[in-house]
Amino acid sequence: MRKGFDTRSLPGFGIMALLCFAALYLPIAVLVVFAFNAGDSIAVMQGLSLRWFVAAAQNEQVIDASIRSLQVAVAAAGLATFVATLAAVATTRTHRYRGRDAKIMLFTVPLMVPEIVTAVALLILVSKLKVWTGYTGLGYLILSHAAFCVPFAYMPIRARLSGMDTTLEAAAADLYASRWQAFAHVTLPLLLPGIIAGFMLGFVISLDDVVITEFVKSAGQDTLPTYMLGQLRRNITPEINAISTAFLMLSIVLIVLFYLLSNRKKT
Amino acid sequence: MQSLTDLEVSLRRADVRRRWWLSLPAMLVVILGGVGPLLIVVVYSFLEAGPYGDVVWKFSGEGWFNVLFERDIFDDTVSIADAHLTILWRSVKLSGITTLLCLIVGFPTAYYMASRGPKARGLLLLLITVPFWTNLLIRTFAIQQLLRAEGLVNVVLMKLRLTDTPVQLLYSDFAILTGMTYVYLPLMVLPLYSTMEKFDFRLMEAAYDLYASRRKALTGVLIPLVKPGMIAGCTLVFIPCLGSYVIPRVLGGGTNLMIGNLIELQFGAGRNWPLGAALSIALVALVMIGLVIFQKNDRSGGDNA
Repeated sequence: MRKGFDTRSLPGFGIMALLCFAALYLPIAVLVVFAFNAGDSIAVMQGLSLRWFVAAAQNEQVIDASIRSLQVAVAAAGLATFVATLAAVATTRTHRYRGRDAKIMLFTVPLMVPEIVTAVALLILVSKLKVWTGYTGLGYLILSHAAFCVPFAYMPIRARLSGMDTTLEAAAADLYASRWQAFAHVTLPLLLPGIIAGFMLGFVISLDDVVITEFVKSAGQDTLPTYMLGQLRRNITPEINAISTAFLMLSIVLIVLFYLLSNRKKT
Repeated sequence: MQSLTDLEVSLRRADVRRRWWLSLPAMLVVILGGVGPLLIVVVYSFLEAGPYGDVVWKFSGEGWFNVLFERDIFDDTVSIADAHLTILWRSVKLSGITTLLCLIVGFPTAYYMASRGPKARGLLLLLITVPFWTNLLIRTFAIQQLLRAEGLVNVVLMKLRLTDTPVQLLYSDFAILTGMTYVYLPLMVLPLYSTMEKFDFRLMEAAYDLYASRRKALTGVLIPLVKPGMIAGCTLVFIPCLGSYVIPRVLGGGTNLMIGNLIELQFGAGRNWPLGAALSIALVALVMIGLVIFQKNDRSGGDNA
């Protein structure tokens, strides 16, 4: 090898990578730092304080929106994970039957259609349904969220399932387990890490959603993201930073958990 | 192929039937909460606009007509809808530039990550993944706060005496570009990294041994072999950029609209649902065209390699 030519580095690439990581984290870091500002600026630190966290925690609208966000996320991710588990069982470890690929494609459609299009589509449907049925509850939000959570729940469960062979279930069947017993006692426990991972992805995706929620929600049904978007037009105080920081912490904890969970299954 | 007995055939049929029942709930959820409403949008794009929003159930091509043309209210003369074309062009242009910027930053980053040891690689991968999964709105906020008139960038610029009055950074194409590049960068790095992780670095060594320059090794060896990752990354950045709504709303203000905001406008203040529906279908069509172009490139790349 000629001297001075390291095969594993190209000039400038390391610096670019460093810049990339810095650029990814600096804006978030600034956002978090100013959440602790004692003053009410988002650019000049005037000492450290938790006053904005206290303000956020005492803000009725924030509490209300947070609770609603969690309710919708749990219900939507739960529903999505349940139906995705059944769908994953139906589409893996089988010969290629007619319509199987079409089904798999159907489950990925929510990933390909731009969110704003789905949002206005749901707006048309839901505004009609609200008038016809008189029901204006959280059900619309939960169903809309569940629809775009399905692909995220489906993928890890399917991945987990397709890596499992059918011999254990066959053994259970040999020992006179019914189909349901074999599923509940053999397949399901083995599948659990995939199901938990799917639920967590769905939960995070639902929690983060702003566009579809904005169009589907009824009056007074703000979730935390739509509440934050609404605050934008006003004068910004570090309170919004404090809310964001708490929100970020929750997401990061979930993602790291997910990461550990999906890494463990390899060993 | 072995012929199946009658019993096997009927068992198989029963199995397939059970599999359809099992996938039914998921299909219902996706159809009710996503695919079905899309079909309604198609229908709405061919109806007449109601006076207070919504539609009148009468066939009309006006919605589609209004995507590209406008009719003068007074004398009915038809002209090209400049405002719409400007917004369409801005969406495609900004998405293209964002994709390019992400590629310029993402390619070296992915290469750097892939050339580290296994432990460092895992950590760096986590560092890229975390921003990807954190709230898009919060990340857009973070950029907005930096760029505000009273934001950190302006404070620093004024401290350095580079400017006396705050520079207007927000509510511009520049702000949208910054925001989209920032938000979608991980989507470029992740697929690039996963192809580069499989790249055999001994090939670079071989190229150098054969007296290839660094540039030659890069363009002749590395790039052709990681092209599928590059295309996947470009697709994953370009497609969501095209349909982005939150980023231009927060960073572009009311003036620098993209297609997503134009659609929203028709369902809100514009009160022209058929036009909004037609624009939505047009956006989906643009996305599909984009996907096909990227995929075609992918295949031709595969043939050359």
